[in-house]
Amino acid sequence: MDGTINGSLNMIGYGLAAIGPGVGIGLIFAAYINGVARQPEARGVLQGIAILGFALAEALAIIGIGLAFVLS
Amino acid sequence: MRRAGIGDALHLVNVAQAAEGEEFHAPGPGDFEFPPLFGEGTFFTKPMLVIVLGSLLIAGLFYLASRRASLVPAKMQFVGESVYGFVRNGIVGDTIGHDGRKFVPYLTTLFCFIAVLNLSGIIPVLQLPATSKIAIPLFLALISWVVFNYVGIRRHGFLGYFKNMMFPPGLPKPIYLLLAPLELFSTVIIRPITLTLRLTLNMFAGHLVLLLTVLGGEYLLVEKGGLLAVASVIPFAFSIILTFFEAFVQVLQAYVFVLLTALYIAGALAEEH
Repeated sequence: MDGTINGSLNMIGYGLAAIGPGVGIGLIFAAYINGVARQPEARGVLQGIAILGFALAEALAIIGIGLAFVLS
Repeated sequence: MRRAGIGDALHLVNVAQAAEGEEFHAPGPGDFEFPPLFGEGTFFTKPMLVIVLGSLLIAGLFYLASRRASLVPAKMQFVGESVYGFVRNGIVGDTIGHDGRKFVPYLTTLFCFIAVLNLSGIIPVLQLPATSKIAIPLFLALISWVVFNYVGIRRHGFLGYFKNMMFPPGLPKPIYLLLAPLELFSTVIIRPITLTLRLTLNMFAGHLVLLLTVLGGEYLLVEKGGLLAVASVIPFAFSIILTFFEAFVQVLQAYVFVLLTALYIAGALAEEH
């Protein structure tokens, strides 16, 4: 019980960096749900767009975890 | 400073049993390094085995699906046609449109290849998503990069393609100073990089999380014992839930890769607005 914590500070940085894409992905799916609720027949069109937006927002989080492992 | 709490209470319980058990090693990038399968000096590793098995599986499935093609599809033919139809109607139809017919075979192959290599991460015994090794997504992304640049240059000519990409009409002149290099950079350099990283690191991170839950549960059960052995139910339950989640993510990432490739091809083919 010497009070030391081992590990990489990178991972805390990554956790902070993941907040942004997390909020972004939430907003994208919120908009998608809103859209489908208002106009259920547009679901097919909206789904592709929502997943595309999700993929683009998620790329930021993914680049973050890549850098968290690569930079040390 | 460790906070006194339930952890310490539990620790007291099993000090007698565990008696300084082995320390827990969290999984890391080292878990993705594999020695050659057939001893030192050979080159054939586990990811390669997964690729070979996956390719054979896809080839076999599509051979069976197309062997006795008839107007009224039998079971295997139906499976093959629904995958093909999904890519043609669900991906190509919405993005490239009618011009995209000739890209459907490539995109279907890409989708099946990525999906199978991703799903190898949750298949017992194999349990390694081969796409978590960066070489495979990198190569697939480079093929897609060559394809969309090639069809763009074929359609518009070399200068026309870059003019289309860098100078979309209808903007005030000074904006182009900023826009043209950005567009060039994003299309030629960023696109293949993000395609690669998205697929690789999704599989990498997903596999890491699964490893963490399974190894953590195993550590509690085997090394710690006592009350903590009972607590190992929680990480094991999470490993099962996360396995289903991973299956979803793996198919979704294959879909995203193919969708983005189709969008890039559509962008390269598009006329000036």
